Amino acid sequence: MAEFKPKAIAFICNWCTYTGADLAGTSRMEYPADFRIIKVPCTGRIDAEFIIKGFEQGADGIWISGCHIGDCHYQSGNYFAQRRWSIFHDELEFLGIDTRRLKYTWISASEGRKFADEATEFVERLKELGPYEDFDQIIPKIEESGASVGGDG
Amino acid sequence: MLGVMVDVSDAETTSTANATFRELSTLQSFAKKLLESGTVKMVIGYSQGYTSDRAMPAFITDPEKASSLIFDKRCFHNLTMYLKTAEIKCAGKIAIVVKGCDAKALNVLLLENQIKRENLVILGLVCIGVGDPTLEKCRICNVNTPPIYDELFGKPVPNKEWTSATFTRVKELEGKSQKELWEFWVNEFNRCIKCYACREVCPICTCTRCITDKNQPQWVPTSPHSMGNFHWNLTRAFHLAGRCIGCDECERSCPADIPLSLVNWKLIKQVFEKYGFIAGMSPDDLPPMSTYVEGEEEEFIK
Repeated sequence: MAEFKPKAIAFICNWCTYTGADLAGTSRMEYPADFRIIKVPCTGRIDAEFIIKGFEQGADGIWISGCHIGDCHYQSGNYFAQRRWSIFHDELEFLGIDTRRLKYTWISASEGRKFADEATEFVERLKELGPYEDFDQIIPKIEESGASVGGDG
Repeated sequence: MLGVMVDVSDAETTSTANATFRELSTLQSFAKKLLESGTVKMVIGYSQGYTSDRAMPAFITDPEKASSLIFDKRCFHNLTMYLKTAEIKCAGKIAIVVKGCDAKALNVLLLENQIKRENLVILGLVCIGVGDPTLEKCRICNVNTPPIYDELFGKPVPNKEWTSATFTRVKELEGKSQKELWEFWVNEFNRCIKCYACREVCPICTCTRCITDKNQPQWVPTSPHSMGNFHWNLTRAFHLAGRCIGCDECERSCPADIPLSLVNWKLIKQVFEKYGFIAGMSPDDLPPMSTYVEGEEEEFIK
């Protein structure tokens, strides 16, 4: 059987982590290519909807990363994000979402090494956990054709 | 103050929360005066429902009808939800009858600039519990005396403080494993028929256009299938983080008997434990989700 390749999503901030990822790339550091990066202006832009939608559409893990506290390009975006995730994370746990599949980091523009390491760690963790099947059970299916209507919106 | 507990003995409960609310005539005459003098255009309160076991909201504009106001254990509704409707918003100055829990909603609405203080006369009632049997929200009530009012009816009682025992119901569920919780909630949410009663009855859900009604892009799947239900209920709950006052009206109005209050009380518990914040205690408290303390750091973010 082929090795399980996790499908991970990374919501990362334009100013720090994305630049950090850039540095990891230009420094030719190796890290797994199992996640899709979605660039957002700031971690404060990341709506709770992004996470729920991500899992609904088949993500095995979601990674959120932004500037270190105090370094936000918009002064306070990550402070708000931090409080939001703190409460939202607990609520997700309470509703039975596997929160091991969520990762939060602060990575600055100069931390290319940290980006590569965290990316490797996250993908390794997801490989260990295996595919996230909980959401597959609640996605509505059309019986005969087996086609999913999960994206019907 | 910590440790000041209200003795909710049977005698006290029956005398205050029963059909013979002692200050009822004072309330009625006060409402009549307000209407007669033209101070307010309307008084929102409770009146006798169509059947003897029910009370219903009353929108009184005629001073003579002020005597139809009632208050007893059937008056568990949160009347502040009407303040968000367009009809009431353009009605001018109004008076509203509130229990402690409803007054919390007023504080949140004032804080978020949804209502104008000068357009409101708040008739606060001292309430020691409603519902028969007494509702869960009354067992853990910390606002027997409303936190905001213009005129208080009933003898003020010292308010309780929240303790670890307040969140017993949430804690029972927290002990379960992830798989158990997932199955529990999917099973509960499965019954949802997407009637949005929880949203309509919520005094804090003030968006004129709800995210679930938006379709470009469509974030929340609108069909009442398991996935759509899970998404909707999680979204609804999270939009109340740091705002929910715990009136449990969503659960009461839910035709599918989904324990929505558990979802909300988990949020209330987290906000209380992490930031020491109780929504609706004052119209000046900064809401925890739209403020921050410089230098604070969460341990789970590496």
